[in-house]
Amino acid sequence: MKRALLLLATMLASPVAAQTVAITGATVATGDGSAPIENGTVVFQNGRIVAAGPGIAVPAGAQVIDGRGKWVSPGFVAGFSDLGISDAAGVEESNDAGARNAPFNAAIDVAVAINPAEVKIANERLGGVTRALVAPEAAGSIFAGEGAVIDLGDDPDAVTRPRAFQFVELGESGGRLAGGSRPAAYAMLRDALAQAEDYRRNPAAFGGRERMSLVKRGDAQALLRVLDGSVPLVVHVERASDILTVLALPRDYPRLKLVLTGVSEGWMVAREIAAARVPVIAAALADLPAQFESLGATESNVGRMRAAGVQVALASTGNSGGEHNLRQYAGNLVAIARLPGHTGLAWGQALAAITSGPAAALGMDGEIGSLRAGRRADVVLWDGDPLELSSAPTAVWIDGRAQPMNSRQKALRDRYLVPTEGALPKAYER
Amino acid sequence: MIPRISIVGRWLATGAAALSLLACSQGDARPKSASAKAPPQPYARDPFPSTYRAYPGVPTLVRNVTVYDGEGGRIDNGQVLFADGKIVAVGQSVNAPADAQVIDGTGKWVTPGVVDIHSHLGDYPTPSVQAHSDGNEATGPITADVWAEHSVWPQDPGFSRALANGGVTTLQILPGSANLMGGRSVVLKNVYARTMQAMKFPGAPYGLKMACGENPKRVYGSKSRQPSTRMGNIAVDRATWAKAQSYRRKWDRYDADGGDMPDRDIAMDTLRGVLAGEILIQNHCYRADEMAIVEDMAKEFGYKVTAFHHAVEAYKIADILKANGTCAAVWADWYGFKMESYDGIGENLAILERAGACAMIHSDDENGIQRLNQEVAKVLASGRRAGIDIAPQVAWKWLSLGPATALGIADRTGSLKPGKMADVVLWNGDPFSVYTRPEKVWIDGALLFDATDPKRRPVSDFELGQPGSGDVK
Repeated sequence: MKRALLLLATMLASPVAAQTVAITGATVATGDGSAPIENGTVVFQNGRIVAAGPGIAVPAGAQVIDGRGKWVSPGFVAGFSDLGISDAAGVEESNDAGARNAPFNAAIDVAVAINPAEVKIANERLGGVTRALVAPEAAGSIFAGEGAVIDLGDDPDAVTRPRAFQFVELGESGGRLAGGSRPAAYAMLRDALAQAEDYRRNPAAFGGRERMSLVKRGDAQALLRVLDGSVPLVVHVERASDILTVLALPRDYPRLKLVLTGVSEGWMVAREIAAARVPVIAAALADLPAQFESLGATESNVGRMRAAGVQVALASTGNSGGEHNLRQYAGNLVAIARLPGHTGLAWGQALAAITSGPAAALGMDGEIGSLRAGRRADVVLWDGDPLELSSAPTAVWIDGRAQPMNSRQKALRDRYLVPTEGALPKAYER
Repeated sequence: MIPRISIVGRWLATGAAALSLLACSQGDARPKSASAKAPPQPYARDPFPSTYRAYPGVPTLVRNVTVYDGEGGRIDNGQVLFADGKIVAVGQSVNAPADAQVIDGTGKWVTPGVVDIHSHLGDYPTPSVQAHSDGNEATGPITADVWAEHSVWPQDPGFSRALANGGVTTLQILPGSANLMGGRSVVLKNVYARTMQAMKFPGAPYGLKMACGENPKRVYGSKSRQPSTRMGNIAVDRATWAKAQSYRRKWDRYDADGGDMPDRDIAMDTLRGVLAGEILIQNHCYRADEMAIVEDMAKEFGYKVTAFHHAVEAYKIADILKANGTCAAVWADWYGFKMESYDGIGENLAILERAGACAMIHSDDENGIQRLNQEVAKVLASGRRAGIDIAPQVAWKWLSLGPATALGIADRTGSLKPGKMADVVLWNGDPFSVYTRPEKVWIDGALLFDATDPKRRPVSDFELGQPGSGDVK
């Protein structure tokens, strides 16, 4: 039913704008890792980027936006968030992120729950975030289920890619979910994958309906997608030894497409991660021994992994509502590059870590995350350096469509700019 | 009051009585008189006294630097001199002794050290394992008898991050918010020590942590006991204050007239301290309507709310807070993680400031405490876009003098005023830029962090010999 409604909504509201838009004279940051270009032009049409860079001609008939004194960047891609599936994380009734008591695990697909009208989506869009990797939360099993990539557009069609990845908890939390230990988590992982193979060999004979069965039919189907490499397996681990254990999995499951997240001790095994060509989506500023599995945490983690050749992206940590801080995380990694002993990122790398980086981790950088030709036109015009705290978007396009620059937060702000009540109660001000 | 507390109180009272008998038999030879009342004996107000001592420093002059003095002043190309642990002079040019160490601050900024009024470092230390979870005595809604300082683990790695990344020189450690009255806070200097007492800010008043709203009603509601609602919260609070008033009368009478010593009740000692104005109320409260109710409750019982913490909706009642002289300690932009944070906006601090209410930033977070300057920078930007243009030097008050005032220590720290503690940060650029980091941090004039010197980088006992020990963090 929900899916049917979603389909209907998609047909009603075409997300693609046909008009050609050219932003001229701006500092252009493409998000592909390169340094920003002064006095550049960005052209987009039919919802896609046509060109971005210096010396680009403005097509005839284009809507021209004067970008002088401003910056243009791709919209940020939030690497792991619960945007759209939780109005307020602490309000259980509003939160579809985790299902502690569900009989299913890998089969859980967040796409059906995405609510494009959730107020945080507009709030975070005003912070320059245009896409998000929405992950379910592992609550009843090490397998959280299938995450989706969504856009933050002001339209009812939010899902860019359903089943964009399968999310699994290993390390400490995986051990806890599996009954109390890391070995139990690996036993559960291998058994589940073996059951998926059983299902492939003979679907008709597959039980998977017994109450005690860990893997239902739907879970088996989801895990087959992982085994076939058609859905990447995002693994949350922190400890260096856990990372190495995970990197060994493809020896037994050769088509597995691994992505690591968390990885606060990644710098300790950075060469191994790079050699395995496994992308990481790491917490940028994790510098505390938050758990025993992250004793080696340091803010230099991302920079050191990048220097070793690892493809890195930044995770937006915590509950949704904090995605606008991705640029603050990225900016801090630029800041530490100036300090002795620290390893940070160059500016262009830092922007890439919150735009094309998370997209590339899922194999979607051909589609989103940069201002390169052919990509979806998720474009943000900024009144200054997009990583600087004093800057803010002055315009946002998603799939080439100009987005409204308002939100519930802005409405609240306007109502209470003067806190006292006037001739009528505040409830009459809107 | 729950039975557990009165049992503890009685046990301690018995112990105290036994001690005083012993003292009598040994030292006091006055003859006893049946009719004369025994003279009053006050109980110790400071049984775990600070043993903090400033580390040595050298007379230091930072020149060619932009100064935010923490009181709203800005000096371009200025100079700051401190010696013997105290600020000596701040100005365009100052007279420095010949032996002063001179630091060229060209392109850099000097500010007072950051004061975080809301931290759980030490009582919720990392690693965040159950064995370390010492912040909430969640066994009864009123635990005014517990003192956060008895939970503080001085080896928490978080102290070093707050110092090195955040320029935090002073912080208040609070018990958590599971309870309506969660216990006493403690104010610490951010200087590692072997004991909690050796970190304790000398002479800082205690605070009493109170909590409104969802946390206490959830914790106790889920145990099927009062309070399970907001009205239950206020009911239990009022019953407790009423009891505290009676306790106070009993002890005040004894302190004046002597006679039979009333029973000690450790929880009630704290509430009596609040009613006497010696202990400051630090009240976790999100919603505007709830803060207004708490203000009325405070009037009913004759105490004052020093600051509401996490005051997400403070911007809605800036006028009420101002009228009551109550501060709001807030995050920059946290919102939407629970129902009572649903209305959070990034302009909260700016609206409060413009309305003339007392406002400040706080962290309540071992990560957030490392970047409070950046949190304020975000507020400045949001405020400016809403038409509230607050000068950065004015905003620095939110990071130092404001919290120092709400902690009752503004006469000693929180601004670069001659005679105050030399709690000073040298930033390698504009401290409201994302690209800036603390370069040097002095506490009482002692250089305790230097980003350019690996030896001036503390490593707590826990981290010593562990992976990454002594590494940059």
